[in-house]
Amino acid sequence: MNIAVCVKQIPDPATPYQLDGENHWVIRPNDQVLDDTDRSGVEIALQLAEATEGTVTLFSMSPSGSLQGIRQALAMGADKAVLIDDETLKGADALTTARVLAAAMTREGFDLVVAGTESTDGYSGVMPQMMSEILDVPCLSFARKVEAGDGSVTIERQTASGYNVVTAPVPALITVTAGIEPRYPTFKGIMQAKSKPVTTFTAADLGVDIESGQTIQSVNPVAARAGGSIVEDDGSAFEAIVELLEQVKVI
Amino acid sequence: MSSGISTWVFAEELEGKPSDGTLELISKARTFGDVSVFYVGAGSDEAWNALGGHGATAVHHLDPGDTLPSGPAAHALAALVTDADVVLFGAGNTDRDVAGRVAAKLGRPVVSNALDVTVDGGIAVHSEILGGTLGITTAITAEKPALVVTRPKAFTAEPTGGSTPPIEVVGLPDAGRANAASVIERHVEASDGPSLEEASVIVSGGRGLGAADKFEMIHELARLLGGAAGSTRAVVDAGWVPYSYQVGQTGKTVKPSVYIACGISGAMQHIVGMKGSATIIAINKDPDAPIFALADLGIVGDVHNVVPQLIEALKARS
Repeated sequence: MNIAVCVKQIPDPATPYQLDGENHWVIRPNDQVLDDTDRSGVEIALQLAEATEGTVTLFSMSPSGSLQGIRQALAMGADKAVLIDDETLKGADALTTARVLAAAMTREGFDLVVAGTESTDGYSGVMPQMMSEILDVPCLSFARKVEAGDGSVTIERQTASGYNVVTAPVPALITVTAGIEPRYPTFKGIMQAKSKPVTTFTAADLGVDIESGQTIQSVNPVAARAGGSIVEDDGSAFEAIVELLEQVKVI
Repeated sequence: MSSGISTWVFAEELEGKPSDGTLELISKARTFGDVSVFYVGAGSDEAWNALGGHGATAVHHLDPGDTLPSGPAAHALAALVTDADVVLFGAGNTDRDVAGRVAAKLGRPVVSNALDVTVDGGIAVHSEILGGTLGITTAITAEKPALVVTRPKAFTAEPTGGSTPPIEVVGLPDAGRANAASVIERHVEASDGPSLEEASVIVSGGRGLGAADKFEMIHELARLLGGAAGSTRAVVDAGWVPYSYQVGQTGKTVKPSVYIACGISGAMQHIVGMKGSATIIAINKDPDAPIFALADLGIVGDVHNVVPQLIEALKARS
């Protein structure tokens, strides 16, 4: 089974994010990292590829910059990467991203597309579903468990009250939730990642027009919650909690 | 109701009736003008009464049976909303699936994480980004309909006492290969005590607990307070508790009366999901933990001391 995995390079979440003054886009440093939420997707793809003697290809749209984040996913064990690297895609919205990634996947071919549920920096949470419509495939979303084989894929899909078992023939797209423990790259994996093939396209190569139907009008800091009292625990701090719980009439 | 804006609300049935989120969206939408609801599920008179009773003026009903709803629902909805001004979706999983597919089918953008929507002088969406530190207003300049995915609890459900609206049955459309996906089993995971979304008290545990078996004291404290237990993503990723516990950007958004964060440092991803809590209590060893910046009461101390002491004190009272 040939598996396409969506991965995103994002500014290190441990550093403060900033917006550029003109377009209000997140400023992206050269050394972005792999979005943690994508690690579960890469993990699932590797497991399915191992079970079906398939391949794992990473797909990423990343206007310029180093390939640090892509190499991190390759180091986990993915075979190769396709990168759409194009200055004109700066600030691209979810629909443009979906069109670009779907066009690249159609060109390379796939049996199954794997994506996270939403990115850590943008969290629009609709991009994979847009891809599924463009690719004309079922979208088996919010999977907490995935099995594939015999031309089909079956997942446990999270619902508001539990989970459903959902199945579809491939080609199909799945989105996976956090909670699928990703593997750590081995030293060998890290070394091999440096020489794995990365193919690069532009939006024009893929025939995708870039348009946006939304504009950020204003950006304002949100008033921070006023902090309250801080108590150093000397063995009796629990009493302050009991007191507050009484005050707000919980006990 | 004078602006004459026509709004559609996407609704997925939850345990035989419209979800609270759906009733919240209808309550908001009726301030713009007429509200049509696209309802996915088995449907019932009780459901139609609830929709009408909150201000729905028309209901279009698709019963997908065992077909995975998102593909066919998106195709049916896309065909119905071509003249609508706004289509509102909740934050549920199927809501997001349908919103994304409708957007790609119609070639319209989606604005996600909406906390408010305004329709005077063009459609604009208010949301918060970067862990809720910045508020942004996004104007939708694309042709209508404007597609908006809202945050949970962004609006308040208010009954109007309206009557049952006309119900139009929608047949299962051909949505291409998406129709081949089917639901073969449905499982409701029973939990004792209130759900995270409904609980008035939430006790959450983070990595600071140190080990999976320490999570039991989070459960015990939650039980004693009649509340629900939650967690951070790190704890879910470590496999200590299931995903259904996760509070935060990629988990649940909660607004309890009291939120007790135990051994939680306060990563942006977690804060987004709980900063709307009325009272926040945080217990953490690290005095520099970001969670203290929003705590009404911050205890700088070891959760392994403070939580058991609190449990004993509460037991002594009962």
